[in-house]
Amino acid sequence: MVTNSLVLAAILFSIGVLGVVVRRNAIILFLCIELMLNAVNLAFVALSRAVGIEGQVFVFFVMAVAAAEAAVGLAIVISIFRHSETVDLKNFNLLRW
Amino acid sequence: MHHFEPFLLGAIVLLPLVGFAVNGLTAFLAPERKTIPTVVGPAVLALAFVIALTNFVRMLGAELHEPIVRSYWSWMPVGSLQIDAALQLDQLSMLMTLIVTGVGTLIHIFSVGYMKADPGYARYFAYLNLFVFFMLVLVLGASFPLMFVGWEGVGLCSYLLIGFWYKERKNADAGKKAFIVNRIGDFGFIVAMMLIFSNLGTLDYVEVFDAAPAAFAYGGGVITAITLFLFLGATGKSAQIPLYVWLPDAMAGPTPVSALIHAATMVTAGVYMVARAGVLFALAPVSQVVVAGVGALTALFAATIGLAQYDIKKVLAYSTVSQLGYMFIGVGVGAFAAGVFHLMTHAFFKALLFLGSGAVIHAMHEAFHHTHKDWDPQDMRNMGGLRKYMPVTFWTMWIATLAIAGVWPFAGFFSKDEIIWQAAAHAVGPFAGWYKAIWAIALLAAVLTAFYMTRMMVMTFHGENRTGAAEREHLHEVPAVMWVPLAVLAVLSVVGGWVNVPHAIADLPVLGWIPTSEWLHEWLHPITEHADEIMAANLPALAEAAPLGGGEAFWAITSFAIAVAVIAIAFRIVGSRQYRPAVESPEPVGLARLLYNKWYIDEIYDAVVVRPVVNASKALWRFVDQGIIDGTVNGFGYASRALGWVGSRLQTGQLNTYAFAVAIGVLILLGFVAF
Repeated sequence: MVTNSLVLAAILFSIGVLGVVVRRNAIILFLCIELMLNAVNLAFVALSRAVGIEGQVFVFFVMAVAAAEAAVGLAIVISIFRHSETVDLKNFNLLRW
Repeated sequence: MHHFEPFLLGAIVLLPLVGFAVNGLTAFLAPERKTIPTVVGPAVLALAFVIALTNFVRMLGAELHEPIVRSYWSWMPVGSLQIDAALQLDQLSMLMTLIVTGVGTLIHIFSVGYMKADPGYARYFAYLNLFVFFMLVLVLGASFPLMFVGWEGVGLCSYLLIGFWYKERKNADAGKKAFIVNRIGDFGFIVAMMLIFSNLGTLDYVEVFDAAPAAFAYGGGVITAITLFLFLGATGKSAQIPLYVWLPDAMAGPTPVSALIHAATMVTAGVYMVARAGVLFALAPVSQVVVAGVGALTALFAATIGLAQYDIKKVLAYSTVSQLGYMFIGVGVGAFAAGVFHLMTHAFFKALLFLGSGAVIHAMHEAFHHTHKDWDPQDMRNMGGLRKYMPVTFWTMWIATLAIAGVWPFAGFFSKDEIIWQAAAHAVGPFAGWYKAIWAIALLAAVLTAFYMTRMMVMTFHGENRTGAAEREHLHEVPAVMWVPLAVLAVLSVVGGWVNVPHAIADLPVLGWIPTSEWLHEWLHPITEHADEIMAANLPALAEAAPLGGGEAFWAITSFAIAVAVIAIAFRIVGSRQYRPAVESPEPVGLARLLYNKWYIDEIYDAVVVRPVVNASKALWRFVDQGIIDGTVNGFGYASRALGWVGSRLQTGQLNTYAFAVAIGVLILLGFVAF
């Protein structure tokens, strides 16, 4: 049961990573990051059954931080969009060599 | 006989430094103000001379066997090397101080007239005062390093004053030449100091000369090396073969500078140094014969060049080199008092000759200046017949000429004759043959001296005037501020030799009216006695007769007769020649051409030493410095830049790339943990 949950969490996490690596749309990127966070949450919850209740406590922390992060992140995305009418990250590469 | 305490010893040295400070500030703040340098420049020197004279008079009445050393502060306390800033007053440094300040005062006064119209007036006196300060440090310092400070200081002032009119390339080059050639000699001085220190553990004169006879074997390798390195230093400063080449070029400076620095005082520093280190040289017979031999060769060689020069200052420059050679014969054979004696008389008559030539050049320059003629005011072919226009200069310069030619009873007769005689008398021991040759060369050089000096006088003052009709009217005697120093020096050139009349001459019938007084010998006896003892213990007794027979008196009369005869012959030969102004004169041919071009020594040095050094430096610059060293340093720069470029390509600015890198990194870490 725990093993199955962990495998599912790993799959979800990998999908998130893959999304971050290959997609360029800022919104999609956000979704992928949320996916990774929730994959980790799933792993915490699954493991808390075997190890102890602390894992579930951690999940609440992660959710709270993720909510805050989503709020800030979406605000940034909106201001980016207002600035240049697009959220394609290909156009935002000022911080390079 | 009373106890002797030096009186204001430090003030003698410090006064010229004060003068330097005052004149230097004037040169910076108000260069057009001429009153301050006119007063301060000569006054500090005169005051120093008066103090020195006071000390001298008090010293005369005292029995002084040991040098008086006054230590002011500890200058260089490094481990076992303890050097104090200390002055040493003894008979030798007293005499040198009198010469430096006395002749220096006269030349400062002369300079007031000579440099009157020069825009660098204050700067000139600042340099001149600074020179005297360093010269006094040189002669009064109580240790080799302190002498070296003065040694370098006078070199600096010499450089500054040779290139005084630095706006002309030629003058600046002459200054550099003097400086660079002297570096070679200074290298020898430094090595000698290190050798002395590593063998004796001290550099103070008193301790070195006390310890040397016990520490070094007579004729040993170390002492020979020390003295030869010291002499290398002397050949640089005192313009001996092979390092004499800078002195003739040094005539680019103002003429009073040539008189003070490049004739009377600085160039005799090497002679002073050998006399000061007499104990060391007496322990090294090979070095002694080298010193005397180089001196003799220089005396002859420079005299030959002097025969064919047309520039009045060049004649005097080669004459100075030649006379310095005589001094080295004197100190080289071990007759230190004789060398110092000639140093003193030479200071009188050569300063007089240079100042006289300065007066002539001054008059010629003014005459040409009036009519805007661009002839060379120093070329003797443009002169002739100046006796009518410049009687004081004419007579005083003839006195100096008779003195340098060795005519009795002028100063040079006694000093030069003594050196020649001492070379003959010291022709004993293992190097007797060499000393005999040195004696013969010295005699021959004396003949040439009489000839070229007479030639110079005849070309300048006798015969028809060749200056030009319009210019002739503007020729006139120099003002009193310039001819009075000439007159004083002329008196000294007559009587200066009387302080040391050998007994052998005083016993002669007609020539013996000057009272016998080997005063200078006795005066310097406390300095020279240690060296004399060493030589007496290791060499056979001095010869009674010259190599060709005859004693001291015989050769004194002979050389007197030769000098008079040569002057008369030269007067006839040169007087009968028809000289034409320089612009109309043909180029010299044959031997005269060779001598006029100074045996092409400068060209040879240029080809053998200067060019190879310059070319090697260029090669080192191009290949080693620019190629290897710069290449390595720049290579590191290029490599890090290239590496940075490669690394910077990772910074794409795209989030995806970073995320990919992080993911790969995590995978690798996981791989490490798992397997």
